[in-house]
Amino acid sequence: MVVWTDFERTTIQDIFSKIDYAVVGQAAFSRCLIVYPWTQRYFGGFGNLYNAAAITSNPRVASHGKVIMEALEKAVKDMDNIKATYAELSALHSEKLQVDPDNFMLLGHCLTIVVASQLSKAFTPEVHAAFQKFLAVVVSSLRKQYY
Amino acid sequence: MTSLSAKDKDTVKAFWANVAGKEEQIGCDAVSRMLTVYPQTKTYFSHWKDLRPGSAPVRKHGATVMTAVTDAVSKIDDLTGGLLSLSELHAFTLRVDPANFKVLAHNLLVVLATVFPNDFTPEVHVAMDKFLAAVAHALSEKYR
Repeated sequence: MVVWTDFERTTIQDIFSKIDYAVVGQAAFSRCLIVYPWTQRYFGGFGNLYNAAAITSNPRVASHGKVIMEALEKAVKDMDNIKATYAELSALHSEKLQVDPDNFMLLGHCLTIVVASQLSKAFTPEVHAAFQKFLAVVVSSLRKQYY
Repeated sequence: MTSLSAKDKDTVKAFWANVAGKEEQIGCDAVSRMLTVYPQTKTYFSHWKDLRPGSAPVRKHGATVMTAVTDAVSKIDDLTGGLLSLSELHAFTLRVDPANFKVLAHNLLVVLATVFPNDFTPEVHVAMDKFLAAVAHALSEKYR
């Protein structure tokens, strides 16, 4: 059972209430495809991912970024049941999408960097730690159904 | 991993010029974050009186790290040779698990994103990530 402090709970709710899912989702996901290009292997049907400019302006990348943020919101809305919330998504990533789970934290790193650049000084070490803990729980839950 | 292309090196050098004058602030923030977000790294600093974000030993160490990274930028064409004595220090004296180099690198990138939100583009991010990985590799050379 994950134990959240009051500070961690309010911090995560606060961050997600402040960010624009379309903007942050697009920025984080495109950054992941650019900084860790091997992650592109899962997105063969997305069209032109040939270089950073193409990725940044790719509409499918943008819309998928938003999908990811909306999926994260499910965890934010029920922080005490993240494992259950993501059981289906975990099975999907394992069985159908066949994503190497080590990639999950790569996206997590990019999301941290985008959120950091948006919140700037407000993204203190303590806030950063809470966000990192949230991402670790999300990643762990997504790994649960792999066998 | 992969070696640095000419473009990577130019990108790193151009971006790092922005850091001038802010080394202490950035270094302090990066080390503070590392100790807070990845508490296992505190095990290397049990000899410090105060491990809180922004404390005197943290600030001093942040400056030390940033001086070394700035030096590495100037030695970007031969990191292995340039960082030889630092590698020996980390391998034989400090004996830091090299996995932690990635951890500090990540925290440094987060700080750069907060300080330079517009300049820290995806292109700069990938070049810096590669550079810090190359620095980590050079630091690991003497381990075994």
